Amino acid sequence: MKQQASEKVGLTAVLLATLRREVSLAMRQKGEVLTPLVFFVVIASLFPLGVGPESALLLRMAPGVLWVSALLAAMLSLQRLFATDYADGSLEQMALSSTPLGLLVAAKALSHFLLSGLPLVLMAPVLGLQFGLDSRSLGILMLSLLLGTPTLSLIGSIGAALTLGVRGAGVLLSLLVLPLYIPVLIFGAGAVEADAAGLGANGHLSLLAALLVLSLFFAPLATTAALRISLE
Amino acid sequence: MNSPILRSPSLKTAPTLSFYKLGCSKGGRKLFKDVDCTLEAGKWLYITGANGVGKTSLLRMLCGLAPTEFGEISWNGTPIHAQRESYQRDLCYLGHLNALQESMTVSENLRFMTALGGSQVDKDQIDEVLLRFGVGGRSQQLVRHLSQGQKRRVALARLALSPARLWVLDEPFVAMDEAGIKMLADLIADHLGAGGLTVLTSHQQVPIGCIPAQILELHR
Repeated sequence: MKQQASEKVGLTAVLLATLRREVSLAMRQKGEVLTPLVFFVVIASLFPLGVGPESALLLRMAPGVLWVSALLAAMLSLQRLFATDYADGSLEQMALSSTPLGLLVAAKALSHFLLSGLPLVLMAPVLGLQFGLDSRSLGILMLSLLLGTPTLSLIGSIGAALTLGVRGAGVLLSLLVLPLYIPVLIFGAGAVEADAAGLGANGHLSLLAALLVLSLFFAPLATTAALRISLE
Repeated sequence: MNSPILRSPSLKTAPTLSFYKLGCSKGGRKLFKDVDCTLEAGKWLYITGANGVGKTSLLRMLCGLAPTEFGEISWNGTPIHAQRESYQRDLCYLGHLNALQESMTVSENLRFMTALGGSQVDKDQIDEVLLRFGVGGRSQQLVRHLSQGQKRRVALARLALSPARLWVLDEPFVAMDEAGIKMLADLIADHLGAGGLTVLTSHQQVPIGCIPAQILELHR
């Protein structure tokens, strides 16, 4: 029985299996995907109610408000990124896998982006209309979110790993991660503003892409180190 | 590993696990020190000792989950930290936790776990192993709907599906009924017979086939 069971699989197959697992798990607990999205909609909708219907003011605030809402929404589901796997022992098995833990972590961060970042990107134009953004700005907003939210997931995975098994992890996670989100917020919201001011969004978008590449390389390393400490 | 014959563990070079002058402390307290052992293919190591003496800590060190503070662990003569990837391919660890995701089915769990171990199984293999472990016909059931004992059996089924040569089992007989204990003992005996190695801790003495245990008693 053992001999026939040992058909080898490659690295990509393991990563795909991890990704498929995360996505199918999330599909079974739909609340987890919907909560950040609804949160995003509610927060972004509160601002027009709070500051009044003055359209010039709303238009000026729009990129910042939408980006801050997206940032908070993406953070909501971070805590669960490793928590269940840690509690049931799957994380231990991932650490013992012959596939490098850093790659498995990257796959988990990617799934976090697909499940909580991507829905925000798709929802953003609807909310942007509410603030009176034109179609060009909506496009830039979506593009900046598309480049920015994967970075949020990657940086967030470091925080999730560091706060694993800590009491009151949710608040601590926000305190750790929010300061690290600041560059993404500045360049993300800045892209839309710069474009509206006629300066062009290229510079900001390139910087967002650079942040993504940097975090793609460094975040899995940091997360892996933090996870190994949590598992000791 | 291209030829199918070479996959059989017994035909490869006989693996050896050895550790030398291992020591461990937790929170400033010394647990054990100067533990030596060499385990050869086809043998099993029974680690015994009072509660809190560090049996689980020793197993986690052997897996590479916890760092070795003192001493050295070697697999086939090479320190394990120098060959992490290949060592972990040869290793299957079963701890206190079952590593089963409650909202996935039995079969999805087993597939994912074997994929993590670097191998692939099909539906028939899973059904066959589950049948052998007395949880046949449950492959499509969600793990959350199983009893404690059944979950443990599914977790153990992972062993039978794994191509690993070294099994490290932490209290594998807990939560098992008599039939389950016998079944697991037979499975370990088969594994040893095929040239595998097993390290286990247990509070009850269970004979593994007619293979005598190498006993390691931990004390402060």
